[in-house]
Amino acid sequence: MISLTGGTPAKETWHDIITIYRLPKAITAMLAGSGLAISGLLMQTLFRNPLAGPYVLGISSGASLGVATYILGGTILGFTVAGTFGRWGLILAASVGSFCVLLMVLAAAKRVRDTMTLLIIGLMVGSLTGAVVSVLAYFSKAEELQQYIFWSYGSLGDLSWPEVYILVGCSLVGTLMAIFSIKSLNALLLGDAYAKTVGIRHTRSRLLIILATSVLAGSITAFAGPIAFIGLAVPHLIRQIIPTSNHRVLLPAVMLGGAILMLLCDTVAQVPFSEYKLPINAITALVGAPVVIWLLIRKKKLLF
Amino acid sequence: MSVKTPHIVLATDKLCIGYIAKKKNTTVVSDIHLQLEAGQLVGLIGINGAGKSTLLRTLAGLQTPISGGILMGAKGIETYTPEALAQELSVVLTGQMISKNLTVFELVALGRQPYTNWLGTLTPNDVAIIAKALEATNCEVLKDRPCYALSDGQLQRVLIARALAQDTPLIFMDEPLTHLDLHHKASLLKLLTYIAKTQDKTILFSTHDIEHAIPLCDHMIVLQDGKAILNTPKKLIEDGVFDRMFPEDTIRFDRTLGRFFVEN
Repeated sequence: MISLTGGTPAKETWHDIITIYRLPKAITAMLAGSGLAISGLLMQTLFRNPLAGPYVLGISSGASLGVATYILGGTILGFTVAGTFGRWGLILAASVGSFCVLLMVLAAAKRVRDTMTLLIIGLMVGSLTGAVVSVLAYFSKAEELQQYIFWSYGSLGDLSWPEVYILVGCSLVGTLMAIFSIKSLNALLLGDAYAKTVGIRHTRSRLLIILATSVLAGSITAFAGPIAFIGLAVPHLIRQIIPTSNHRVLLPAVMLGGAILMLLCDTVAQVPFSEYKLPINAITALVGAPVVIWLLIRKKKLLF
Repeated sequence: MSVKTPHIVLATDKLCIGYIAKKKNTTVVSDIHLQLEAGQLVGLIGINGAGKSTLLRTLAGLQTPISGGILMGAKGIETYTPEALAQELSVVLTGQMISKNLTVFELVALGRQPYTNWLGTLTPNDVAIIAKALEATNCEVLKDRPCYALSDGQLQRVLIARALAQDTPLIFMDEPLTHLDLHHKASLLKLLTYIAKTQDKTILFSTHDIEHAIPLCDHMIVLQDGKAILNTPKKLIEDGVFDRMFPEDTIRFDRTLGRFFVEN
C-alpha cells in the first residue's frame, strides 16, 4: 500500500514485487475483464444470441493459429522461439492471426446481409483454424507443444509496463467505439429490420461493433492468451442484477463487473497462502460455467 | 360543406416489386399505381405469396424495388437519409426476434431514436410523447413490465405504441392481427381506426382477416394476379374483386353480407 502511494516500504523487495509484478498484473486483469465483458455484451446484442461471446467471430482461433504457427511451425520453418524476441514475437503472432481472421469476417460482413449467417461463418472459421492447429501440433516437438499449451492457458502476469501501456491504449480505443455504438445497440435489440426503420445505418454500425469487439478481444488475447467464459457470463450476471436492456446502463455495468470478476478469478488463481499458481483460463471456466448453469436453472431461459 | 382535397402522403409510380438476384429478377407485382391519403386506414390483402410483405418492405425502404418509384411528399424515398425516412414512416412487424428483456417503456422509447442525440438521451418532450403513445394504446399499466411477461395481444399493442412514439405520418403494419383471438382482433382494429382518425395518420396494414377489415377500412389494396388494385371496400365488392380471390369451387363470397363461405 505504501509503495503505491509513493512512500518507502520496510523492504526494498516488497516495493519491487508490487510495482514490477503485482500492479501490472492487477491492471491487466481489470482491462482484460472489462474488455472481454464489453465484447461479450456487444456480440450477444449483435447476434441476438445469449450464448455469443467475445470469441464467436473466431478472434481467439485466429490468435491461436498465429501463435501455433509461430511456436509449432518453428521446426518446419527453421527458427526457434527464445528470449525477449520470443515474447514480442508471440504477441505479434497472436495479433497477426486475429487480425487476419478479423479481415475475413469484415469482408464477409460486407457481403452477407443476414447477421445469423455471419455467426455461422465465425464458427466455421474457428473450426478451420482449430484443424490447422491440430495438424501443426501433430508434427511438432514435445517442448514446443508444451509452450503452446501454456499460452492457451492464458496468463495475466507476464506483462511488462510497456506492454500494459499498449493494452491500455487498445482498451481505450475499443471502449470508445463501443460507447459510440450504444444507440445502435439499443436499436438492434428490436432486430435488424426495426433497427433500419428507426434510422440506424445498418452496415456502418455493424462494422463499428465488430471492430470494437476485435480490438478489445484481439488485444487481450494477444497479451494474455485466450480467456474463457468472462465475456459470456458477465453480461448475464449484470442483467440479473440490473433489470434493464439499455446499453447506456449495461455498458458501464459490465465493464465494472468484468473487472471485478477477473480480479477475483486472479486472486483464486494465485492460491492465497501458497506458492502455487493455477492457469487463469481454468479458473474463469471453473467460475463461469457454474454461473451460466445456475442462471439457466434459475431462469429456465437465457435472454439476451 | 366544402370538399377537402385529399392530402397524398405516399404515391407509387409504375412500381414493380419482387426479388433482385444476380442472374434474374423475380417480379411479384408489377405496374403498381397507389396513392395513400392522410388519416386513412388502408387494408392490404391478397392470398399467400401475392406479395403483401414484399410490397410493405419495399414501401418501407427495407427492400429495393425492381423498377419504378415511390414518392413521399415531392421526393422519392431513396433520396431520404435513414434518419429523415425514420421521421416519416414507422413499422410494426410481427415475428421479429426482439429482446424480451426490454421493459415496455424501454421498447416504446426506442421509437424516439430518430430524434435523440448520439447517445439516445430522452428529453422531457420525448418522455411526454412516449407517455402519450402508451396512453393511446392503453399500455400505461404495462409500462414497467418486461416483454417476456406480455401476452401476444399486449405485445402487439406495445409495438404499435412504439410506432406511435416514432411520431410519423405513415405507419406500416405486417399482419398485426395474426395470433390474436376474435376479441383482440376487434379491439386492435378499433384502435387502428381510432389512431388514424384522431391523429391523422395513414395506417397501411396487411391482413388475411378480410371480413373484419372490410367494414373498417377506408380503402383496401388487393394484390391479385400480379397486379395491385386500390379502392374503397364497397367499390371492390361491386367490382367482384373478392369473388375472384379464391377458387370458386372451394370458397364463395357473399356480396350482401361481405363474408366468405366455404363451399361443401
